[in-house]
Amino acid sequence: MSISLFYFVAFLSIFFALLVIFAKNPVHSVLYLIVTFFTFTIHYILLNAQFLAIVNFIVYMGAIMVLFLFVLMLLNLNEGSIGSKSNLIKMIGVIAGMCLIITLVGSARVLNASEPLVLQTQDLGLVKNLGKVLFSKFLLPFEVSSILLLSAMVGAVLLAKKEIKQVK
Amino acid sequence: MELAFIIEKFALVTVIFLISLTVAAYSTLAERKIAGYLQDRVGPNRAGPGGMFQPLADGLKMFFKEEIIPTDSSKALFILGPSLALLTSLIGSAVIPWGESIQIADRLVSLQIADVNVGILYIFGVVSLGVYGIMIGGWASNNKFSLMGAIRAASQSISYEIPMGLSIIALLMATNTLSMKEIAEQQHGMNWNIFYQPLGFIIFLVCSFAETNRTPFDLPECETELVGGYHTEYSGFKMGAFMFAEYLNMFLASAVMSTLYFGGYNYPGMDWVNSMLGPLFGPLIGMGVLLVKIFAFIFFFMWVRWTVPRFRYDQLMNLGWKVLIPLAIANIVITGIVITIFDKL
Repeated sequence: MSISLFYFVAFLSIFFALLVIFAKNPVHSVLYLIVTFFTFTIHYILLNAQFLAIVNFIVYMGAIMVLFLFVLMLLNLNEGSIGSKSNLIKMIGVIAGMCLIITLVGSARVLNASEPLVLQTQDLGLVKNLGKVLFSKFLLPFEVSSILLLSAMVGAVLLAKKEIKQVK
Repeated sequence: MELAFIIEKFALVTVIFLISLTVAAYSTLAERKIAGYLQDRVGPNRAGPGGMFQPLADGLKMFFKEEIIPTDSSKALFILGPSLALLTSLIGSAVIPWGESIQIADRLVSLQIADVNVGILYIFGVVSLGVYGIMIGGWASNNKFSLMGAIRAASQSISYEIPMGLSIIALLMATNTLSMKEIAEQQHGMNWNIFYQPLGFIIFLVCSFAETNRTPFDLPECETELVGGYHTEYSGFKMGAFMFAEYLNMFLASAVMSTLYFGGYNYPGMDWVNSMLGPLFGPLIGMGVLLVKIFAFIFFFMWVRWTVPRFRYDQLMNLGWKVLIPLAIANIVITGIVITIFDKL
């Protein structure tokens, strides 16, 4: 039951991820990306990581993708407005794609099935355990990443302020 | 999973669904009645006694109106927009504890559809998803006013999600749990969270006005500037779906506020009432109390709508970023300090 459910959701993830690339309209691409993130949320729930699932849901689906959609709607790109690429870019694209296919085929050849994932403790992903682990075992990485986020935030505010000064 | 469990949950989902729809339908009537009262006029009173059948008449009108899909719109998304708005406003009520467990025969039936242990975050996720319906609908209409409305909705919802989240964090610090059920149980009797988190509640209240697109934050559908905002191009039942979603959101926001801050189904003297009425009817009284609290909040939403005029857009952004977010952060710090002091004592 669980393994077939996983394969079904995994199929959906890959299917919608491909649609993100193949959609002609950028807004449709973003909408497919939102659905892809939703399937990731289901993956997390299948792994019993409720907190990660809901954070993925709020942050990626609810906030970041709204911003993506927001920018794309403001730009209002159409299928025609992207324009045709030059031959050189097309050639580069073909070569890069070929390299990717060779890598994928090469890695698929040496592929062997991994052991199915067994969760040692079923409630590992619950908020309480996650919080305890974050604030004891992984305290330093947690604090460092929070400082990184803070500096990114300050940087973003600084960039936004600069533009206002230039307007004056 | 046993059959009784499935039947029990199915019945509960149906009941909650019907209550939500009925409340939302009669909110439209209540809105016009309250508007009439506040403006010293009668309000709708033709359909049925005192206008009681007005929502039915409105619903029928919505169904029989012509559905117009603009030629230049992207049709699938045009239909997806209102559907998504309706969907996201309905799924939120799944984690609200509507009452204590009731006892039918020998079976203890929980009056909560799903006791997810990240209940608050689930509500928060659903709320943050709600803006997609408006954005998709507004963009798919291929109309300048709709697009403006959609973009306003997006930026407004992102701005007000932050103070909302921060005010919830302070509440979590006070309650020590993310589960809606435990939060409701902790507020037994008169031990309501409003007494511990008054500032957090005010921030949450303002943010829920903004998230439900109610006046004074209804800039996405501001008639004086944007014709109808994101639903300019909509007609018939799709328009009705957007309108209905707004009232459902109001119902959900009221339910969340009652549960998080105003004790949910708890009321003073509930133990005495429960011992008098037994384990079946006692919790049902609690559910009635919760509904009364919800109606009070819905009335408050409407009262504010007919009292406070709409903000200007820069005022909206200033309030969100320069007033509410610092206040919410200060609230977290104060809560932390107070908790530390009380732990030391």
